[in-house]
Amino acid sequence: MKIVVCVKQVPDTAGGVKFNPDGTLDRGAMLTIMNPDDKAGLEAALRLKDQYGAEVTVVTMGLPKAEEVLREAMAMGADKGVLVTDRVLGGADTWATSTTLAGAIRNLDYDLIITGRQAIDGDTAQVGPQISEHLNIPVISYAQDIKIEGDSVVVERQYEDRYHVVKAKMPCLITALSELNEPRYMTPGGIFDAYKQEITVWGRADLKDVDDANLGLKGSPTKIAKASDKVRKGAGEKVSLDPDESVSYIVDKLKVKHVI
Amino acid sequence: MDFTLSKEHEMARSLFREFAEKEVKPLAQEVDETEVFPRETVEKMAKLGFLGIPVPKEYGGQGCDPLTYAMCVEELSKVCGTTGVIVSAHTSLCCDPIMTYGTEEQKQKYLVPLAKGEKLGAFGLTEPGAGTDAQGQQTKAVLEGDEWVLNGSKCFITNGKEADVYVIFAITGTVEKRGRMQKEISAFIVEKGTPGFTFGTKEKKMGIRGSSTYELIFTDCRIPKDNMLGQQGKGFNIAMHTLDGGRIGIASQALGLAEGALENTVAYVKERKQFGRAIGAFQNTQFQLADMATKVEAAQLLVYKAAMAKATQKVYSVEAAKAKLYAAEVAMEVTTKAVQLHGGYGYIREYDVERMMRDAKITEIYEGTSEVQRMVISGALLK
Amino acid sequence: MNLEEYKGVYVFAQQVDNEVSSIAFELLGKAKDLAKDLNTEVTAVLIGSGIKGLADQLAEYGADKVIVVDDPELKDYRTEPYAHALASVINKYKPEIMLVGATAIGRDLGPRVSARVATGLTADCTVLEIGDFPLQPTPGQEQLHNQLLMTRPAFGGNTIATIACPYNRPQMATVRAGVMQKITPIKGAKANVEEFNPGFTPDNKYVEILDIVKSVAETVDIMDAKILVSGGRGVGSPENFKILEDLAEVLGGTVSCSRAVVDSGWKPKDLQVGQTGKTVRPNVYFAIGISGAIQHVAGMEESDIIVAINKDADAPIFDVADYGVVGDLNKIVPKLTEALKAEIAAAKA
Repeated sequence: MKIVVCVKQVPDTAGGVKFNPDGTLDRGAMLTIMNPDDKAGLEAALRLKDQYGAEVTVVTMGLPKAEEVLREAMAMGADKGVLVTDRVLGGADTWATSTTLAGAIRNLDYDLIITGRQAIDGDTAQVGPQISEHLNIPVISYAQDIKIEGDSVVVERQYEDRYHVVKAKMPCLITALSELNEPRYMTPGGIFDAYKQEITVWGRADLKDVDDANLGLKGSPTKIAKASDKVRKGAGEKVSLDPDESVSYIVDKLKVKHVI
Repeated sequence: MDFTLSKEHEMARSLFREFAEKEVKPLAQEVDETEVFPRETVEKMAKLGFLGIPVPKEYGGQGCDPLTYAMCVEELSKVCGTTGVIVSAHTSLCCDPIMTYGTEEQKQKYLVPLAKGEKLGAFGLTEPGAGTDAQGQQTKAVLEGDEWVLNGSKCFITNGKEADVYVIFAITGTVEKRGRMQKEISAFIVEKGTPGFTFGTKEKKMGIRGSSTYELIFTDCRIPKDNMLGQQGKGFNIAMHTLDGGRIGIASQALGLAEGALENTVAYVKERKQFGRAIGAFQNTQFQLADMATKVEAAQLLVYKAAMAKATQKVYSVEAAKAKLYAAEVAMEVTTKAVQLHGGYGYIREYDVERMMRDAKITEIYEGTSEVQRMVISGALLK
Repeated sequence: MNLEEYKGVYVFAQQVDNEVSSIAFELLGKAKDLAKDLNTEVTAVLIGSGIKGLADQLAEYGADKVIVVDDPELKDYRTEPYAHALASVINKYKPEIMLVGATAIGRDLGPRVSARVATGLTADCTVLEIGDFPLQPTPGQEQLHNQLLMTRPAFGGNTIATIACPYNRPQMATVRAGVMQKITPIKGAKANVEEFNPGFTPDNKYVEILDIVKSVAETVDIMDAKILVSGGRGVGSPENFKILEDLAEVLGGTVSCSRAVVDSGWKPKDLQVGQTGKTVRPNVYFAIGISGAIQHVAGMEESDIIVAINKDADAPIFDVADYGVVGDLNKIVPKLTEALKAEIAAAKA
C-alpha cells in the first residue's frame, strides 16, 4: 500500500503566541511546528504502515524552510519526503494550494491520501476536500478512526452529535482530526538518519496537469481586502460595587455582548 | 569556529524539550515529593531510544554523538533533575564502559538490552571508606574455578535496586608499583538477582529524591568468570575513564538545572509585582539575571566542548572536569539566586526553583567533587 | 465567467434527520440583510430525501424561494451526492452569493463544491457585509462595488482578515454557527418552491455508510465549552463549587478550575485550566476566586470575554479581565445565577 500524507509547517500559535510591543503578532519570534492535525494524519499513516505495511510519502508545499517538517516526518518513520516550492506558488489561497498539491500528487502512486482536517494558522479545513475534488477521488473528512478492509477503507467520520461508519474504495482521501491519535515522538537516531536522506524538491515545472491561471497569488479567487492582527487585550474595566450592583453590572455586560 | 548547532542537533533538542515538557515536567513535583522512582517515564524513554543515544546502532542504540546525549540530559534536567541523573548514570556509567571495554559477547548480552532500554544500568565504585579516595576499596573478588566470588559493599549507588545490570569494582589482588604494594582493582558486570547480591537501605536525600540511591551488598556473590569487564587489574583505569564520561553527563544535568531555574525566574519576575511594578523592572533583578544568563551560557559552552571532545579525542579528562566543575558551581549559584528572586515563594515547594536548588547541590559532589575536578585540572597544568 | 449572470443570495439549508439545522435559519437571517443591500432575493437550497415539507419553515425564516433537491441517494449526508446536488444548483441557477454553515457537514461540502464550480471559498466567517473591493480606491485597480466582504479570524483568533472573491462567482463562505441572528419567524410565510433533480449516478465517490452511531452525552471537554465558570482557591471548599455549577447550568456552560483547586483535591485534573492543565478559548470565561497566576492566565487569556470576581482588588486576574468585579463571590455568584435565570426566562417568554 502506498500512502501520501500532506503536511504543513505552521507558526506555533498554541500557548506560544508572541506579540510585538504594539500588540501585533510577532511571527518572527514564533517557533514553527508541524500542523497538529497533519501530525495526527501522519501518525495514522504510520500506524497503517506498522499494521499492514505501507510506503509513506510526505508532501509539503511552502518555503524551502518547510523541508524541516519533512525531516521531522521522516524522523518519525515516513519513508520519503517531497517539498513543493516555487516563487510562483506563493500567496496561494486554498484553491491554488489544493491545485498545486494535486498537481504534485499526480506524479505519485497512491492508494490513500491523508491530510489534516485543518491548519492552525488558517483554520479553513478546505485543502483536503479540494485536493480530492481535483483528483476525482472520494473524500472522508473528520476521521476519528481508520481501518483497511481489502481494497477499501472503513472510517469513523465524526459529526457534531454522531459519527458515521463509512466505507470507501481506495484510492481515497481522508482528513484526520488531531483527536485521532497521540502522534509518536521522533527518535534521536531517526533524526540523524532523516537528515542523511534525499528529499525530492519540485517546482512549478514538475506539477502535472495544472494551469498557471490557478496557481499562486494570481490564481487565487479569494483576495485579502484587509488583515489586521487582533490587538491583545489588556486590563478591561474593574468595579467595586455592592453585590446587587455587581450582579446588574455583569448582567448588563453579558447582554451587550449578546451572551444572553 | 562556528558555534551554531547543526539542524540535526537542533531538532534533537526540540524532541528532548517536547518530551521533557509533556512527559517529565508534569511529574517532577510528585516524584520529588513522594521519592518514587519514575518507572513509567523510564519506560517511555526506553521506547524512544533515550537510553542508548550514544550507543552504535548495531548494539541497539541510536548511533548519535555524545553532544546529542548531553543535550538529552540537559533538557530532561531543566524540568526534573531526577530524570536527568537516571539517564546519565545508565548511559555514562554502565553502557559506556561495556561499550568501551566489553567483549563482543558482553556487548551482545548486556549492551544491546541496555541501549534498547529493556534493562537499566548502574555503576558501583564508591564504598563507605572509599569516596574521593577510590583506592580505598574493600570489596574483594576471588577467583574460584569458573567463578568470581564477590564480598563487600558499595554505597550511594544511583539507580540502585531499579537497575538490572551493574558495573562493579573490586580488589582482585595486590601489585607492586614503584616499590609499594598497591591494591589491584578489576571491573565486573553483575546482574540483579544473582544470589548473594542484595540491597541495603534506600538513602533519603536532600535532592534528586526520585532517583533510587541504594547500598549494594555482596555476600559470597558468585558471578561467571566471563563477567570480568576489561583486563584484570585495569579496574582503576576503567573507573577513571568511565567517570570522565560520567562527568559530562553530570555537567549536562547541572547545566539543565541552572537553565530551568533561570527560565522559571525570568517568567516569575515579569509577573510578580511589588511596589506597583513587576520586580523585573528593578535594576537589582536585571543585573542578577544578566549574571545568571552569562554564567549559564558559559557553562553550556564548556559542557558542549567536553561532549565534542569525547567524540573526537581519546582523552578528555580535563575538558570533562572543567565542564563539571563550572556547570555544577553555576547550577548551585543560579538556583540559589533564583530562589532569592522568588522571595518567599522560592522557599515553598509549589515553585520549581525550590526543588532545583536542592537538586543542584549534588552535582558539586557526585562523580568527583568540585575539589577532585580542581585536582584533575591543576594536575594537568602542573604535569 | 460572466459575473453579471450571477444573481441572488443562496443559502445551503442544512438538514439532519429531516430536521432543519439551526445554522440554516441563522444564514437566512444574514442572507436577508445582504439581499436587501443588493436588492435581490434570498433562496434556500434544501437537499435531502423526503424533505419537501421543510420548505415552509425556511420561508418563515426569510427564504423568498426554496430549491428542493429530493432524492433517495440524499438520505444521509455523504459528500459526493450532496456536492453534486449543490454544484448542479449553482451551475443552473448561478447565485451571486452562496452561504454554507461552518458545520461538520458544511466544512466538507463547501470546499468540495467550491473546487467543482471553480470559485473561492472563505471559511468560518464571523462577519459578512456588502462593500467595495479594494476597500479604498486604489490607483491602477478598478474598485468593484457590491462585493461580499467576508471577515474571519485566523491564527487561532490572533488575527482578523477580511476577504473578497471579486473575479469569481458565486462568492462562497462558510459561516460559524451561533454568530448570525435569525429573524423572528413570520408565521404562515410561503416561498416559491422549485424542485430540481440533476440525476444521481453512483460511482466510486459514493461512499457507503455502514452504520450511524449517535453519541450519548459524554463528559464535557472544557476545551470545547462555549462558556466556562472557573473557580479557584477563593471558592473555599469543594462543596462551595455548587454555586458555580448552578451558574454554569443557567448559561449552559461548564465548570473548570485552577491548579490550586486540583492540588487541593477538590476537582479532577481534566478540569484544570492553565499551563499544566488545558488551554481554553470559550466565548465567556468566568474567573471566580482565581487570583490569576501566570500559569493560569496562559491557559485562558484568549477567551473572548473574561469576567473576574475576586475580593482582592490587586489580584492579577484583573489585568486580563474585560469585566472585573471586586467583591465577595459568595454574595455575588448566587444572586447572579438568579438574575440570569430571570433574564433568560424573560427572553424566552
